[in-house]
Formats: sequence, C-alpha cells, structure tokens
Amino acid sequence: MNDLEIRKVVKEELNNIAPEVDLAAIDPAADLREALDIDSMDFLNFVTAIHHRLGVDIPELDYPKLITLDGAVAYLAARLGSIKKQ
Amino acid sequence: MPSLGADMEAGKLVEWLVKPGDRVKRGDIVAVVETQKGAIEIEIFETGRIEQILVGLNTEVPVGTPLARIQTELEAMAGTAAAAPPPSAPAVPVAAPPSMPAPVAPSPPPAPLPPLAAPAAAARARVSPAARRLAEAHAIDLATVTGSGPAGAIVYADVERRLGAPVARAEKKRAPGLDLDAMRTAIAAAMARSKREIPHYYLEHQVDVTASEQWLASINAARPPDGRLLIGALMIRSVALAARRFPAFNGFYRDGKFEPSRAVHVGVAIAIRGGGLAAPALHDADHIPLDELMARMRDLVQRTRSGRIRSSEISDPTITVTSLGERGVETLYGIIYPPQVAIAGFGRVVTRPWVVDGAIGPRSVVSITLSADHRVSDGHAGALFLAEIGRLLQEPDKL
Repeated sequence: MNDLEIRKVVKEELNNIAPEVDLAAIDPAADLREALDIDSMDFLNFVTAIHHRLGVDIPELDYPKLITLDGAVAYLAARLGSIKKQ
Repeated sequence: MPSLGADMEAGKLVEWLVKPGDRVKRGDIVAVVETQKGAIEIEIFETGRIEQILVGLNTEVPVGTPLARIQTELEAMAGTAAAAPPPSAPAVPVAAPPSMPAPVAPSPPPAPLPPLAAPAAAARARVSPAARRLAEAHAIDLATVTGSGPAGAIVYADVERRLGAPVARAEKKRAPGLDLDAMRTAIAAAMARSKREIPHYYLEHQVDVTASEQWLASINAARPPDGRLLIGALMIRSVALAARRFPAFNGFYRDGKFEPSRAVHVGVAIAIRGGGLAAPALHDADHIPLDELMARMRDLVQRTRSGRIRSSEISDPTITVTSLGERGVETLYGIIYPPQVAIAGFGRVVTRPWVVDGAIGPRSVVSITLSADHRVSDGHAGALFLAEIGRLLQEPDKL
C-alpha cells in the first residue's frame, strides 16, 4: 500500500467521524483534534478503525505521532513497511 | 406515546419495527418516535404479541396516547381479550388519562417526571404537563383556556395564547434523526426549568489522578484499540459507586419530595457535532464490569451522535456526569437535569506541581465539581460525596 492509498484510508476514517468537515481544506500539518473538533472517544474510534482496515495496532504511546494528517500517513507507512519486512 | 423529557408534549411516530401478530419481549425496540431530542427508539415494556397498531406512520400524538395494543402472555393464557399497555419505556408514565377510551398499564412503572399536577376528573380536559406548568407559573385557570390539541387537549401554545405571549416553536424538520434546532429548544426548556426550580449549590474538588492514568496506560498497552479504556469510563464508574453509597445524590425530586433510586443509571453528557447535547443513561453503571461499561459507553456515544437513543436511556438517568475531555478547560459547573438532583462535572486533566509525601512533583490533576439540589442535600454531604469520588480514583484497579 503506497502513501496515497494510506492517505485515502485515513481520510475516509476521519470523514466517518467528522462527516461535515471538508478534509481537502484541512492543513495536513494541523492538529486534527483542533481542526476536526474530535475528542478522545472519536480518536479511539479512529485508531480502532485503522487497526481493522490496515492491521496496524497503534499503541497509545504512539498517539501523538498521529495528531496531524501528514503525521498519521507517515507513521502508518512506516509501520506497514516494517510489517512487510518481517 | 411515552414522555421522553420533562417538557415533551407530543411525539411523531416515524417508524414501526413490528406489525400485528409479531411476538415481542420486554426491552425490544418496536418503534421510532421523533421528538425534540431527535429520533428515539421506543422499547416495549411487556412481553407478548402485537395485536393492533393504533397510531399510523408520520402521525403526531400527545404524550399518553396508546401506540399499539399487545396481548401479554398472561392474557393469552387466560384467554382474555384485555389489552396490554402501549409500547413504553421502563419508568415512563404512559398511562392514558381517564378520558381516553384506551388501555392503561396494569401497573405503570414509576415515573421520573412530574406527573400531571392533579388527578384529572373524567370530564376534565386533557392538559399537557408543560402547559400545566406554564399555567401554574402564571396563575392561569385552565378552565379558561381553549385546547387546540387532539381531542381538545390543552397544549403549551394554548396557554401561551391565553397569556398573550408569542408562540415560539422550533421549526420541525421531516427527516428522523438529529434536529439540532429542536434539540436546542429541548435543552433550553429543561435547563430553564432547572434554574427556576432547583436551588443549586456547587462544590469543587481537585483530585490527583496520576494513579488512574498510570493504571490505564498499563492496561491499554496490552490491548488492541477496541478493548482499550478511556479515563471517562473510570470517571463514570467512580461517580456511580459513590452515588450508591450516598443516595441523596441519586434519584428524582418530584411532587415536593425526593425519591432515592436503588439503581444507578448514570446519564452521560454527550456533545453532538454541530452544537447538540444529550445525556442518555448508562444503565446500572455501578454493577457492570468496567470493560462492559466502556463498551456500552462507546456504543452509547456512537448511537447518540447518529441520532439513535432508546427511550429508556433518555428517560431514566438517576444522576448525570459531564466531562470536558482533553481539550476543554479546567473546571465546569453543570446544571442539574430535572428531575435529577445532582450532576458531577470533570474538567480537563492537567499536569500540575503537586505535593506528594512532602515533595513537589508533576502530577495529573483533575477538577471534579458537584452541582446538587439543596432541597435534598447540603454542602456537608456533597463534600463527602465528592471526596469519595476522588478516593475511588486513587484505586483504579478496584473500580
């Protein structure tokens, strides 16, 4: 899965949480919690959905790496890459 | 049509999930009703067979109107044709006024809402609870008011007209689901009533929740995302356990007296995108295991935000918890949701310099507030209740 595909999955799942937000208009370096007005329950649902779709289990300690769109894509790409190598 | 809120007068039936002949059991969802709070799933209170649907789709009927007739198992065995009560929520008054030629629940469950002020005589016009309250507030004799509701029932707008006040109504949208304007109207009505009727007192307590955070981190590290716990679950649990020990904060105030509740159903204040708020109940939050409490909380938040609350969840919270989450401010003071008598508020968890064993260090601290009804309890009891919540959060493994 390449970065574009990962970005598509991430955006789809964020869209499920914040359907009224135009993700194309969001700064990819902005804090998603602020930009999308999501709370800890929303974020947990997002992490759960990503786990189910991509098979990446994101530990709580890594949550800070996912708080921007770019950060989430880079993190997931790295994790998927390391899973593939194993 | 069950009453799903202190100021609900009528509801519109938008979906039937059963048809005549269907077997139903207590707790089944049988219909969807559109109210100011959004679409509410109506649970049935009896086990039996649907005999007749009495209210058609997209029909608005006043609270108390039977929606369907069911034959209970007992009746079926006895071979009687007696009718069972309409689908209703536990703890919701559904009994029809005497003027209605309709089945009445054999033993209506206790109502969490102020019942009609006076036992209506058979000939007396039907009056919605909201209209009655408005009339009482302005000393209006209801005999002088002309009813425009079904069967001449007096509704809120009739009393407003009598007062010469403008009839302000939230615009009703057709689609079931969330109507944020109507929800705002419902919040306004409930909160205005609370501020009018309930003498609130407020307490605040700062609590070190480092132990809770560390315990959660260690538990969650070994779990996949769908099994993880949030600190919100610990907050709800600690309030539920404290409420069981301090019954003066758990129950309903109605008819001029407090009725403590044995069950602890914690209303969870849930913000809805776009500016809505609802506080449906997490039933028996003091008894279910923490993992199940968390799973139910996730389900409740998800359903509330998509506009699928169940009738019992909207009508029977015995105490409410409101939490600002990780992006809020440090302290909030809640407004009691009538007829409840207390609301606990949690601010954002912040890192603060704190003295532990004589040394200053960084700790995770949360402000817990209590807004409680002075007709029922005093600050002394409230302080003990808040301290108990704080104490429970020191031993998260026991929650």
